Amino acid sequence: MLAYIIRRLIGAVLMLLLVSLVTFGIFFWIPKLAGQTTDQLAAAYVGKAPTAQAIQDTKERLGLDKPVIVQYGTYLKGIVAGQDFKAGPVVDHCPAPCLGYSFRTSQPVLPQLMDRAPATLSLAIGASIIWLAAGISIGVLSALRRGSIWDRTAMVIALGGVSLPIYFTGLVSLAIFSYSLGIFPGGGSYVPFTQDPGTWFQSLVLPWVTLAFLYAAMYARLTRAGMLETLGEDYIRTARAKGLPERTVITKHALRSTLTPILTIFGLDLGLMLGGAVLTENTFSIPGLGQLAISSIGTGDLPVVLGVTLLAAFFIVMINLVVDLLYAAIDPRVRLG
Amino acid sequence: MTGEPFLSVRDLKIHFPTDDGIVRSVDGLTFDLERGRTLGIVGESGSGKSVTSLGILGLHNRRNAKVSGEIWLDGKELVGASPDEVRRQRGRKMAMIFQDPLSSMHPFYTVGKQIVEAYRVHNDVSKSVARKHAIDMLGRVGIPKPDRRVDDYPHQFSGGMRQRAMIAMALSCDPELLIADEPTTALDVTVQAQILDLIRDLQEEFNSAIIMITHDLGVVAELADDVLVMYAGRCVEQASVDDVFHAPQHPYTWGLLGSMPRLDRARSERLNPIKGSPPSLINVPNGCAFHPRCAYATLNGGRSESERPELTEAAPGHLAACHLPLDRRREIWESEIRPTL
Repeated sequence: MLAYIIRRLIGAVLMLLLVSLVTFGIFFWIPKLAGQTTDQLAAAYVGKAPTAQAIQDTKERLGLDKPVIVQYGTYLKGIVAGQDFKAGPVVDHCPAPCLGYSFRTSQPVLPQLMDRAPATLSLAIGASIIWLAAGISIGVLSALRRGSIWDRTAMVIALGGVSLPIYFTGLVSLAIFSYSLGIFPGGGSYVPFTQDPGTWFQSLVLPWVTLAFLYAAMYARLTRAGMLETLGEDYIRTARAKGLPERTVITKHALRSTLTPILTIFGLDLGLMLGGAVLTENTFSIPGLGQLAISSIGTGDLPVVLGVTLLAAFFIVMINLVVDLLYAAIDPRVRLG
Repeated sequence: MTGEPFLSVRDLKIHFPTDDGIVRSVDGLTFDLERGRTLGIVGESGSGKSVTSLGILGLHNRRNAKVSGEIWLDGKELVGASPDEVRRQRGRKMAMIFQDPLSSMHPFYTVGKQIVEAYRVHNDVSKSVARKHAIDMLGRVGIPKPDRRVDDYPHQFSGGMRQRAMIAMALSCDPELLIADEPTTALDVTVQAQILDLIRDLQEEFNSAIIMITHDLGVVAELADDVLVMYAGRCVEQASVDDVFHAPQHPYTWGLLGSMPRLDRARSERLNPIKGSPPSLINVPNGCAFHPRCAYATLNGGRSESERPELTEAAPGHLAACHLPLDRRREIWESEIRPTL
C-alpha cells in the first residue's frame, strides 16, 4: 500500500516534469523553429518602439539570452531550491517552490496562482456537488422508470445539457436570471468568501448551475446506463431471491456497483476543473485560474502559463491517485500494485 | 399424502410480450411436489426451465412478463399475491441456488455479510447472532474454518466453495422449498458430485422439497424422485425417475437419453443427438411442438402437425403428451431406442 503510493508519487513527479517540458517547448522551441530570433522574442516583452539596449536588457533580465535547456534548468532549480531574480540593480529572492516571475508584471507567479485558486475552487466544488447529486439521482430514477415519460423527458434534457456549450447556456442564464429578472447578480460580481459570504454565494449560483447542468446531464446518462446494466446482473437477482425489499436491492446492491466507475470519471472531471474552468470563468468573469491562463496565453506570459498548467496537472494527478485508492477500498477485487 | 400437496403449480403460463410477438416461455405447466421429494425438470436450453423457477419465486418483472395460472405454496397462492407478500415468502419459505455462483454473489460484500443479510431480512436478530448463524451455515455446507472464511469475498473462494456458500445462503432461513437451477453446471466433475451429495444430505436434514433444474440427466438419475421433461414451454412427459429411464414414452425423452454420453460404451460409437434445434418460442410449431424434429411424427397420419397432444396417463403416475398409440411407443422403445442406448 505504502509502496504503491510512493510509486505513484514518483510517477506523478515524472508526469509533471513532462508537462513542464512540453509547455516550455511550445513557448520557446516552436517559435525558434518558425524562425523567430531571440531578439524578436525579447522585443515582444519590451513594449512599443523597443530600442536595441532595451531589448538587450530584457533578454538578460528574462534569461532569454541563454540556451533553452539552461532556461529550463533554471526554472526547475527554482521549484526545488528557489531562484534569484535581477530587476535592475535590485536582486529579489524567490523562495522554493519558485515558479518564476511573470514576464509582464514582474510579480512572482506562485502568489498569483494562490490568489486565483479560491475562486476556481469555489466554482468547481460547488458545481460538482450539484451535478453529482442531480446527475446521479436523475440517472437512477430514469433507469428505474425506463421508457416512462419521466425517463424520456430527463434524457432529452440531458442530451441538451451535453450538447449545448457552456458559453451559450451561461449567456442565456445571465440574460434571463440576471439582466431581465434581476434575481442574481451579473458577470464579474465575484467576491472572495472571506470578504462577503452572502455575495460570494449569490454571485456563484448561476455559474454553479450552468456548469453543473453540463456535467449533471453527462452523469445522468452515465448513471442510467450503468444502473440498467447492473440491474441485469445475476447478483441483483440473488438479492431479490433472498427476499430483500426492492429499496435495499437498489440502494445497497445496485447503486454501489453503478457508482464505482462513475467515481473514476468524477476524479478526472474534478481534477480537470480545479486547473481552471476556462469557459465558465470567462463567461461569468470569475477571476479564477482559467481566466488567468487565458490572459497569460494572450500576452505570452510564459511563467504564468507554465504555473497554471503545472498546477492543473498536479490536481489531476493527485485526484486520480486518491480515486485509485478509494477504488481499492470500494472494490475488494482491486489490488493495488 | 393427506390434503393439499406442499407445492402445487396449476396451468402456469409465463408470456413475454415483445415487438416481434408473444414469447411463450412457459405455456401451461402443471405439477405437484411434496416435502422431502425432489423433482427434476429437464429439457434443452430455452425450454422454459429457468423461467419456471424464476416464476415460482415471483422474480419476473411484472411489467414485461405476463404470469397466469396458480402457484400454491403451503396453502398460499402466489401468482395473485401482492409483490410484497411474495417477497416475504422468498428466501424464508422458498429459496434458490443459481447456476453461476461467482456472478450470483455481490463482488463488493463478504460472503458472511451476504448470508447475514439473507438471514436478517426474515429474522429479527442482532448482527452478531446472524453472524454466528452464518458461520454455522458455512460449516454445515462443509467449508473448512468457517469462522475465518466468513470474512472472505466471493472471489477469494474456489468455484466449489462458492457454490457451497451459495447453498448456505439459500438455506440460511430453512426454506421448505429449494429450487436449484443447474447448480453444478459451472463446476468440475469431482466438485459436482460433492455438491449433489451435499444437497441430498441437507434435504434429509431439513426435509425440504427440491426442484432440480438441469439439462444433465445424470444429475436427475442421481438425485430426483420424479422427472418432468419440458419442451417449448410445456411438459411432454412426467413420471418417476425409474419410469423415465426405463420406460420413457415421449420421443423427445428418447432423444435426450440418446444424447447422454455413457462411459460403459465404446468410444467409437457416436452419440445420437436430437436433430435440429428447439423452436422459437414466438412461433411454436402447430400440433405437437416437437413434430419437426420427431422421427415418428409421420406415423400419425398428420395428427402431429395439426393437433396438440394432451398429457395422458401412459401408466399409473406416468404422463406423456404424444399421439403415438401406447403399444406402438412400447414397440419403438423396445426395438429401436433401447438397444442403441
